[in-house]
Amino acid sequence: MRIPRSVVQKIAFSALTAIMAVTILTILTIITFIFWNGLPAVSSEFLFSMPREGMTAGGIWPAIVGTLYLTLGTAVIAVPIGLLAAIYLSEYAPDSTFTRTIRIAIINLAGIPSVVYGLFGLALFVLFLQLGSSILASCLTLAIMTLPVIISTAEEALRAVPQSFRVVSISMGGTRWQTIQRIVLPQALPGILTGVILGLERAAGETAPILFTGASFFLPQLPQSIFDETMALPYHLFVISTQVPGMPVRIQYGTALVLLVFVLVMNLSATLIRSYFRRKRQW
Amino acid sequence: MAKRRKLFETIIQFLIRACGYSTVLFVAAIFIFLLQAGLPALFEASPASLLGLRWYPIESLYGLLPLLFGSLVVTIGAAVFSIPLGVATALFIAEVAPRWMREVLKPFVEILAGLPSVVLGFLGFLVLAPLIRTTLNLPTGLTALTGSILLAAMALPTIVSVAEDALDAVPKSYRDGALALGATKWQTIWRVTLPAARSGVLTAVMLGIGRAIGETMAVMMVTGNAPQIRWDGLFFPARTMTATIAAEMGEVAGGSAHYHMLFLVAILLFLISFLVNIIASSMLFRAKKRAERMLS
Amino acid sequence: MVNLALAWAEAYAEVQPTVSISVSGGGSGTGITALTDKTIQIANASRAMKQEEIETAQANGVDPKEITVAGDAIAVIVHPDNPIDQLTLQQVSDIFSGKINNWKEIGGEDRPIVRVSRETNSGTHVFFLESVIRLGRNDDKTIFSADTLLLPSSEGITSEVGQNLNAIGYDGLGYITPAVKMLNLAANPAGPFVGPSKETALNGTYPIARDLYMYTDGEPTGWVKEYLDWILSAEGQEIVAKLGFVPIS
Repeated sequence: MRIPRSVVQKIAFSALTAIMAVTILTILTIITFIFWNGLPAVSSEFLFSMPREGMTAGGIWPAIVGTLYLTLGTAVIAVPIGLLAAIYLSEYAPDSTFTRTIRIAIINLAGIPSVVYGLFGLALFVLFLQLGSSILASCLTLAIMTLPVIISTAEEALRAVPQSFRVVSISMGGTRWQTIQRIVLPQALPGILTGVILGLERAAGETAPILFTGASFFLPQLPQSIFDETMALPYHLFVISTQVPGMPVRIQYGTALVLLVFVLVMNLSATLIRSYFRRKRQW
Repeated sequence: MAKRRKLFETIIQFLIRACGYSTVLFVAAIFIFLLQAGLPALFEASPASLLGLRWYPIESLYGLLPLLFGSLVVTIGAAVFSIPLGVATALFIAEVAPRWMREVLKPFVEILAGLPSVVLGFLGFLVLAPLIRTTLNLPTGLTALTGSILLAAMALPTIVSVAEDALDAVPKSYRDGALALGATKWQTIWRVTLPAARSGVLTAVMLGIGRAIGETMAVMMVTGNAPQIRWDGLFFPARTMTATIAAEMGEVAGGSAHYHMLFLVAILLFLISFLVNIIASSMLFRAKKRAERMLS
Repeated sequence: MVNLALAWAEAYAEVQPTVSISVSGGGSGTGITALTDKTIQIANASRAMKQEEIETAQANGVDPKEITVAGDAIAVIVHPDNPIDQLTLQQVSDIFSGKINNWKEIGGEDRPIVRVSRETNSGTHVFFLESVIRLGRNDDKTIFSADTLLLPSSEGITSEVGQNLNAIGYDGLGYITPAVKMLNLAANPAGPFVGPSKETALNGTYPIARDLYMYTDGEPTGWVKEYLDWILSAEGQEIVAKLGFVPIS
């Protein structure tokens, strides 16, 4: 006996809807769970003071500052390189074997496991270039890891700018760079920004690349220069949830919450920028 | 004035070119540094011992098989969970959900991609592992399965996002044609849209798997890290290559056999991820070519 | 011993605010390696440096000096509801090397044994391997059973053992929380079976006690010396006792 097509369709669509619901519920559960358990721990003292009594009391200020430093440092290194590389790929690169090699390199960079970046950072920046375990070494490692995300989204944004814009600019006597700088870049800016934020979001949440390149277990004061080690939120969460005995669960959830909010804010702003400008775009 | 602009233009173009080329340089640098630190391991340990069944660096036992096995089991487990879930979610978003819902759902699923792996690992250790031990009545909840579930959550957004793009790229005329021939909406999806987006969906799956193989922190926190090979390994502790590097690298003296060995593990990871990504992108490339052929 | 190092660093920040001491985690091997690489000034280690480590250090131009800073007892722990209260070292060795796989073999319930250990980079792991699993015999090549859970941390061990009736683990006295039960141990079957505590570690009746060390490059000078002197002072040793370790002297 054949089941009627309309029934098959009904079953299939219900199944898809159910799976979608499971996915949504999982995400919502994770987020609410952390908010529910972490919110009671969060206070201005928790956010803005130093850890005390073997990190079982006090705040997580140095970890927050550390993550800000690492994220900013990564941005300073990765954004210019990533942006220029994207410009190269969308505006200059000929359709050649070498360009294809570049593309394969980017795909490959995007796929390298974060812990392998960590080893590479250790071997090149910490040991070979003798930067030591430092903020600088960590930022360089994170920057290379972030590059593929920035390059591919920025290139996509640049390519989305209609060719006619460029033609008009060039025909009016603009040089190639002027065209890029004054016409193409401003149009592609929202897309680029989205890519940058998504890339940095990943950098902010990663632990493995900074594990051997600059993350510190505990520092009694904030780092003084880019050659110091630093505490960082993800590593701090790892440390207090696995390494410190008698750690109050409250503080663990609180730290998880702060880290979560940090990346959620980045994620949300990227999404908003993207949808806002997509709606505004006229071409 | 014009001269200065010309100079500026030359410099900036040089910079652009340099940055464009730099990615190749980075990949080469990564590979060279890994090789330089990892290849000596091949001379310090005999091939036979590398194929041994025991990884215990204190006694210079460097059997890579248990680590490969651990990564494999955890990744396959993650694939089993995340592929059906991810493809179904992508189908729902691309084909079933109304337009407004799609605008909300896709970024929402992408939130998962941003969740730091330590946060998932933390929850996995605290909540998921005890749950798995009691519900499945296992000796311990720190198992490959626990890691698989967390990895599935991390691979899911990649799969959904890329697969949805692929489904979205299937020309509307395909669907219209099928519907005009009297197919139901579901028949259209199952027999026309999904097969047409096949390579894109496969790419999504490969990229998701690539993400799962490389995950470190969450896996290290929940899989128990015991380097063992057993047929029912999914339900028992396992030690992945990534967790091994993260757990042991801090300890080893630069230049020791153990140090070289961990870099050798990293080379393996590098090659595996390279392979997975090349396959993924070549499938996408083929799909593009086919689409062009069909449309011209 | 990272929590001890952390507590010292934190307390010393108040004693001597001009000196800032940064603490890194990992294991004893981590610290010794870093000292050898000259990236740190003081290495904390829960085991003595091995001869080859000293040679590697010297080859690198580092002359490690050992200072004993505290004592410690290693507790063998199980779930509080586990009926087993005492074991001989031989039994503990057989459990961790995989010769005993079910609790009923040693008079417990019919449950599989889940072995829980620190990662291999931990000084506690190496100490346990040498003095318990191998019972101090140098020629013994017995190692941990391959299915032993290797957790990156002490916290992971106490929480796994505290939740799981099948589990047995071990850790330094300072890391033990009330969520787990410490077993009484005896070096030979006739007993006496002794529980770990500061007293039994100090008077030598508890069979698995050890010293905790700090290593410096050459004789400590300047702020390093002042810091170490402070650690050995009554004030520094008070912190040792507070954290559940064994003060020296």
